[in-house]
Amino acid sequence: MTSDTHKQALAAQSRRNFLVSMARTAGGVSLLGLGLGLYSRQSISLPADAIRPPGVADEKDFLSACIRCGLCVRDCPYDTLKLAQLGDDVVVGTPYFEARKVPCEMCDDIPCVKACPTGALEPQLTNIDDARMGLAVVSDQENCIAFQGLRCEVCYNVCPARGKAITLDRQHNVRTGKHALFIPVVHSDACTGCGKCEHACILDQAAIKVFPIQLAKGELGKHYRLGWEEKQKAGGSLVTPDQQHKYNLPKGQDYDYEGEGLIQQDKQQDTPFSENPLQRLNRGFAK
Amino acid sequence: MPTAINKLGLDAVQKKGWLVAHKWLLLRRLSQLGILGLFLAGPWFGVWIVKGNMISSLTLDVLPLSDPYVLWQSLFAGHVMEATAIVGALIVLAFYMLVGGRVYCAWVCPVNIVTDAAEWLRLKLGIKSGAQYSRKTRYWILGMSLLLAAITQVMVWELVNPVSIINRSLVFGMGMAGWMILSIFIFDAFVSRRGWCGHVCPVGAFYSLLGKFSLVRVNAINRSQCDDCMECFVVCPEPQVITPALRGQEKNIGPVILSSNCTNCGRCIDICSKDVFQFDHRFNNKISIKVTHQREVLP
Repeated sequence: MTSDTHKQALAAQSRRNFLVSMARTAGGVSLLGLGLGLYSRQSISLPADAIRPPGVADEKDFLSACIRCGLCVRDCPYDTLKLAQLGDDVVVGTPYFEARKVPCEMCDDIPCVKACPTGALEPQLTNIDDARMGLAVVSDQENCIAFQGLRCEVCYNVCPARGKAITLDRQHNVRTGKHALFIPVVHSDACTGCGKCEHACILDQAAIKVFPIQLAKGELGKHYRLGWEEKQKAGGSLVTPDQQHKYNLPKGQDYDYEGEGLIQQDKQQDTPFSENPLQRLNRGFAK
Repeated sequence: MPTAINKLGLDAVQKKGWLVAHKWLLLRRLSQLGILGLFLAGPWFGVWIVKGNMISSLTLDVLPLSDPYVLWQSLFAGHVMEATAIVGALIVLAFYMLVGGRVYCAWVCPVNIVTDAAEWLRLKLGIKSGAQYSRKTRYWILGMSLLLAAITQVMVWELVNPVSIINRSLVFGMGMAGWMILSIFIFDAFVSRRGWCGHVCPVGAFYSLLGKFSLVRVNAINRSQCDDCMECFVVCPEPQVITPALRGQEKNIGPVILSSNCTNCGRCIDICSKDVFQFDHRFNNKISIKVTHQREVLP
C-alpha cells in the first residue's frame, strides 16, 4: 500500500517535472520566435540601390519563394548577380545587383530565370523586354548636364530600348535663347530597369538611377479622370455641350473663344486718326 | 570500468591500428570536405560539376537536389514550388529515408566540423559544465520556424539558419559568416555541450524525423562483448541513443540503434576496441535467444 502511494507520488512528481520542462522549452522557444519575428520585419526591407533579377514581381512573394541557392548567380554570364552575404543590407543569401557597378545585360534567353528551381524568378517571363526589375528615374535635374544645355545623351544611347524607354525631349534653352535642351525622359511602359543608363551616366554620381518601381512611380488618385481622354474614349463630350456664350459687345466687336479673344471687326473705328496723314493735315478744311 | 578521458581511444588504436580506429571519422571528413570541394571546384577552378549550394544544386546540369526543410518553410510562407525543386527534394528525401536522416548532419553538413572541433576542445580542456536544457528543444524550434513562416509569410529561419548561411558563405563569399562559425564554436565549446547539433538545430530535427524508419542503422551486434569502458558514450554526439541497444539485452530490446537521432557517424564503431558496433540494416534486430551475456570480469 505504502509502496503504491509512493509510486503514485513518484509518477506525479515525474509528470510535474515533465510539464515544467515542457513549459520551459516552449517558453524559451517562443521568446526566440518572437525575437526572430521582429527581426524578420526589419531585415526584409530592400535598399533602393539593390535590384532584384528579372522575373521578380513582388518583393514579399519573392522572399517566400527564393531558397537562396545561388543557381541564378551561377548562370549569369556577366557576373551581374550576386548573393547577399551575412551583414549586407539585403536579405542574406538572396540574389541582387547594383546597377552602377554591373548592370543587367538583358540576355535574350534569360538564363537566370531558367536556372531558378523554385519559380521565385517567375518562369512566365520569356521576353526580357517584359522584365520590370526597377524603373530608371532622372533623379538629379540640377546636375544632369542635359539640363544645362550640354549635349550628352549617353543614357539615351546605351538604353537597350533606346527611343522607347528613354526619349529625348527637346525644350527651349532659356539661357542662350537660341538653343535646345535635349532632356532625357524615361517611359515606364518600356523601361525594364536593367540599369545600363545608371551604369553609363558620366557624372561622378549618376543623375539617372534605377529605383524599385513602387519607389519610383507616382499614382494618380483612382477617382481622377482626364477629361480629354474620357472624351476621346467616349467619342464625344460626356456632358451636355456648353451653350456658346455671347458677350453683349458693342457693335463691330466679337469674341473668339478658341483663343484669339476680342476681335474688332471695324479697325477704322479703332483710332480717331485716319490712316492717311494728309487728312490730318487738312483737318478743318472740309471738302 | 570507464576509461579515463585522456586515454580515450588508445585501446582501440592499439588493437586495430590508428587507421582502422579512425576509419569512419576519416571517411566522414572526406565526405564533408569532398562535397564542399565539389561546390567550390566551379568558382575556384572553373570545373562545374555541381552548381548552387546545399539548399539547392544542379549536378552535371541534370541532377537537381533540394533541401526539403527549406522547401517546407517556403510552402508554409505561401509559395508553391516549380517542379525542379520538388523533384530535387524528393530525391533527397528518398536518399535520407534510406540511409538515415541525420546522415546529413554527420556526413554532409559543414557545421558538424565546427561543433566536432568544439567538442574536441571541450574534452581537451576537461570542461564538464554547461547549460542544461532538453534535447527536444530542436523540435520546438522546428515547429516554431514553420509556424513563423506561416504567420509572417517570410522564411524567417533562413534569415539566421547557420547551416544554410555557413554552407552558402563558404561557396559564395564569407561576408560576416566567420563570426557565425565562431559563435557556434564558442556556444558548443563553452556554453552547452553538443549544444547546436544536439539540442538546437531544427535542420537536424527535421532530418531525424525523415530518418525515422531508415534502413541503414548502427547495430551493437556484439554487445555481449561490451566491457563498459563508456568510450562510445563519450564520443557519441547523441549518447542517449546507445543505451537501449547496448544495454537492452535484459529488457529484450534488440541490438540495433533505432533512435532517429543517431547520426550514423560511426564514431562508436571506431572507438570500440571490442568491435561491438557495426553498420547494419534495421531489420537485423533479433535478440539472440542464447544468452551470451558474459561481461568480462576484470581482476
